[in-house]
Amino acid sequence: MTARRAPSLRRRLVVQLLALAAVLAVLLFAAVRFSAERASEATLDAILGAATIAMAEEIRSAEGGAVIDLSPGTFSMLAAMGDERIFYRVNLGAATLTGYDDLPLPEAVPAALAPMFYSTPYRDTQVRIAAVSRSLRIDNRPATLLVLVGQTRAGQSAIAQGLANRAAAVGLVVFLLAVPLSLLAADNLLRPIARLAAAVGRRGPHDLRPVRAATPAELVPLVVALNSFIARLRGTLAQTETFIAEAAHHIRTPLAVMRTEAEMALHHSGDEATRARLRRLIRAVDDSARSAGQLLDHATVLYRADQQTPAEVELGALALALIERFRPTAEMKDMRLTLVPAAVALWVHGDAVLIEAALRNLIDNAIKYSPAETEVTLTLAAQAGQAVIRCRDHGRGVAGARLEALTSRFQRGPNVGDVAGSGLGLTIVSEAMAAMGGDFALDAAEGEGTCATLSLPLRAA
Amino acid sequence: MRHAVAALARRLSAAAVVLGLALPTIAPAFEIEAEQRFGPAGAGARIEVLSTTDIAIFAPVIEGFLRRNPALGVHYVVASSQEIYQAIATEGAAFDLVISSAMDLQMKLANDGLARALPPDQIAGAGAGASLPDWAHWRDLVFAVAQEPVVLLLSPQALAGGLAAPRSRRDLIALLRDHPERFRGRIGSYDPVISGAGYLFAVQDARMSDSFWRLAEVMGRLDLKLYCCSGDMIADIRAGRLLLAYNVLGSYALAGRDAGAEGAPAVIELEDFTLTLLRTALVPQSAPDPTAGVQLLGFLLSPEGQRLIGEAAGLPPIDAEAFAAHPHLRPIRLDPGLLAHLDRMTRARFLGEWQAAMDQP
Amino acid sequence: MRFLLVEDNRELAASVAARLALDGHGVDQAHTLAQAADCLACAGYDLILLDITLPDGDGRDFLARHRRAEHQTPVIVMTARSAVSDRVDALDTGADDYITKPFDFAELEARCRAVLRRRGGAAQTLRRYADVVFDPLAATLSVGDDLRDLRSREMRLFELFVSAPGRILSKEHLCDRLFSFSEPVSDNAIEVYVGRLRKKLAGSRARIETVRGLGYRLTEA
Repeated sequence: MTARRAPSLRRRLVVQLLALAAVLAVLLFAAVRFSAERASEATLDAILGAATIAMAEEIRSAEGGAVIDLSPGTFSMLAAMGDERIFYRVNLGAATLTGYDDLPLPEAVPAALAPMFYSTPYRDTQVRIAAVSRSLRIDNRPATLLVLVGQTRAGQSAIAQGLANRAAAVGLVVFLLAVPLSLLAADNLLRPIARLAAAVGRRGPHDLRPVRAATPAELVPLVVALNSFIARLRGTLAQTETFIAEAAHHIRTPLAVMRTEAEMALHHSGDEATRARLRRLIRAVDDSARSAGQLLDHATVLYRADQQTPAEVELGALALALIERFRPTAEMKDMRLTLVPAAVALWVHGDAVLIEAALRNLIDNAIKYSPAETEVTLTLAAQAGQAVIRCRDHGRGVAGARLEALTSRFQRGPNVGDVAGSGLGLTIVSEAMAAMGGDFALDAAEGEGTCATLSLPLRAA
Repeated sequence: MRHAVAALARRLSAAAVVLGLALPTIAPAFEIEAEQRFGPAGAGARIEVLSTTDIAIFAPVIEGFLRRNPALGVHYVVASSQEIYQAIATEGAAFDLVISSAMDLQMKLANDGLARALPPDQIAGAGAGASLPDWAHWRDLVFAVAQEPVVLLLSPQALAGGLAAPRSRRDLIALLRDHPERFRGRIGSYDPVISGAGYLFAVQDARMSDSFWRLAEVMGRLDLKLYCCSGDMIADIRAGRLLLAYNVLGSYALAGRDAGAEGAPAVIELEDFTLTLLRTALVPQSAPDPTAGVQLLGFLLSPEGQRLIGEAAGLPPIDAEAFAAHPHLRPIRLDPGLLAHLDRMTRARFLGEWQAAMDQP
Repeated sequence: MRFLLVEDNRELAASVAARLALDGHGVDQAHTLAQAADCLACAGYDLILLDITLPDGDGRDFLARHRRAEHQTPVIVMTARSAVSDRVDALDTGADDYITKPFDFAELEARCRAVLRRRGGAAQTLRRYADVVFDPLAATLSVGDDLRDLRSREMRLFELFVSAPGRILSKEHLCDRLFSFSEPVSDNAIEVYVGRLRKKLAGSRARIETVRGLGYRLTEA
């Protein structure tokens, strides 16, 4: 089951950082452009104003009018920065003394000798004009002189543009640098998440301890939720284990009472009919107990298959213990149990409970379905990297039933109707082996009987 | 708007001219000194050129251009610099290329927005060589095709008697002062009132040093003869009517020198400073076929064109090294500073002073 | 044998005690660990049957204390839980064997015998009948100096006879006691075992007499 994908954090972070960088670059460009224009305009205005004032101051009054002597140096200087075009106009009162007589006048009369600046279209271009006024006495009468000097600002524009372009280039470089840097920053920022994920992922399947890895503040809510989840799961699992055990107890204890009382009744009862009934009763109780036992065993196997506690298990020792356990049971039927150990120690890596369940059920089956006074032999060997356990009995065999049929739940062979059984024995063996990646095979043995084979990979030395 | 309508009218008339239709051509109001048509009779496109340079001098260059572009034709019109200015500024006459030695008038045409902007790649594409030095053009409007020193011409008789040739204006002033009877009425210069170039030389000269006004006074006392053009001055020197001509365009003088060894005037570049004029060309806004104008301009600026200008026309080509090698050469700066002296009142004031210097008893 | 039965479920305890008494064993019941401790202090037992879950403590703790105190009485743990760990723990902490409820009393008996055999024989008396010495732990019959091994069922059969000498035991009764209720039994199975036992008794004065229609009885010739 895959979770619904939200946009990658890394991509979001990188995209946002880049967007921010782009915005900043654009702002930088705009700011530089704006301030470059303002700065250069201020500078050029200052020069233009000074030139206009100088020109105005050099106008002298003479008989019959004013005397104007324009200085080429001033014009050269005004035109110098950026090859600007120069226009000028000198008005005495309302009349134009000299210059371009269609140069636009300012809206208001400037204060004496303090230049007034304005921009206006003129001829085929935009012109920045400085206007200065000065009073003069001509023919003993006061007169107001208005001196206008205009210059195009193409050069300034070009320079401002150049500055802005450079700023744009810087902005672009910054933006391009921002790409790897923001990738780095994103990786750096997200590293704690990766570390946390790795720390949690490294845990074994049974590790239900709360997560205590160092957590950045933003991930704390997630880790807290995870830990509470882990705690709930731990609780549930503990409950499951407990439940299986409790169920066993509460089913089996009353059954024990039933059986014992029935046996007592059988002993004390007089007529054959009643005794027959009591025998049937006892058989039913045995059946019930056995089924309960195997159901619980099966539940345990299913539970353990998901919750395996892998450990190093020496099969020889386990087999020996089980054989000794079953010996009294086998002896009751005068059956002989023999263990043929392997030449080497058989160490496997698996869940001890599952292995024991499989082997126990196998031996139990062998004893149950064999007639009295026969032999069951357990042979251990190491073959081609596998630990192999063979259980051979002289019972009634599987009568040609297929393994898949026998190992399906509650399926019993066609030839065992007279023996009480639940049909879960071989299911348990098969499921336990499958859970550990082992193998289970059932074959008819030479002569009569069955040979069941369990194999598990040997632990690498 | 008015501009546009006039432009349209010009285009129609120019078209008529170019197609060679037998329509009565609209006679321009300005005064033409000479004109000539170059190229095949039924030429596809005829480039209209307005220039101050004599046909004889510039013809080789035109022919060189037409050798490269045999399908084109050139209509070359010669007029004085003032007339040329009027033609373009007030009449919007239909010419594709305007070449003039009056830098200030050309500058004013450009400053006043009457010159067409020609981006450098257009010029280069038309064949111009390595990019022009900065001082040899103003923006993308005015381009220098030749740089010519403004010189002193002396006829051989001027120094008869073993007089030393003047090397500076001080020497010149001394020479004139010391030999008034020899030079009285036999010295000449441009009339700044009439000649645009002459006015330009005079004001630039006056800017350069005080010696100009002293020289002017001295020359005024010696009855300085005033001319409209270099050609007349050179002719009078050859004829012996003039001993000395001040502020003459050297190129003309040099061209005249080739014509014969004796009677050829000495060309002196005064060592305190020698003004260097830039002969400039522009494509007016009113050009009927601006692409053709650019094509011709590109040729003039190309290595081959410059070579022709230098060798065939005798006009020194654009050469930055010349200024480095000869520090006495002072180029006249091609920038709006030139506009100052074109101011009506400033000009009136200058000419007033000039007149005062001339009216010496 | 004398059993101490430690089981908190009184019904089950009563049943098990009665059933054991049926076989001639003496049983003391304790329902809590405290009671068990008291009983142990007062008397000696051949075997302790111990339930794992008791109201006043875990049976395993009792086991651990029992072993630390170096009491020698063997313990068989009765467990109804299925967790392997419980069984393994029980064996680790000192139980001699374990048996799951509900248990077959024949199996319990077999395990008790095995445990006692391993422990080197508590005071398990030999049984005599006529000139036969019967050692149930070793599963042997001695006729004079001749030691004869008995197989498991043969031994159980003889024990049944020896516990009720002279009494007629019916075939069904013998079947009930000899075979598991769940396994198929052939009609003449009892005859077969009686035949084998007779062979083992050959040469002694003990006789197994067939009482036609009623069963068999052990008599002395």
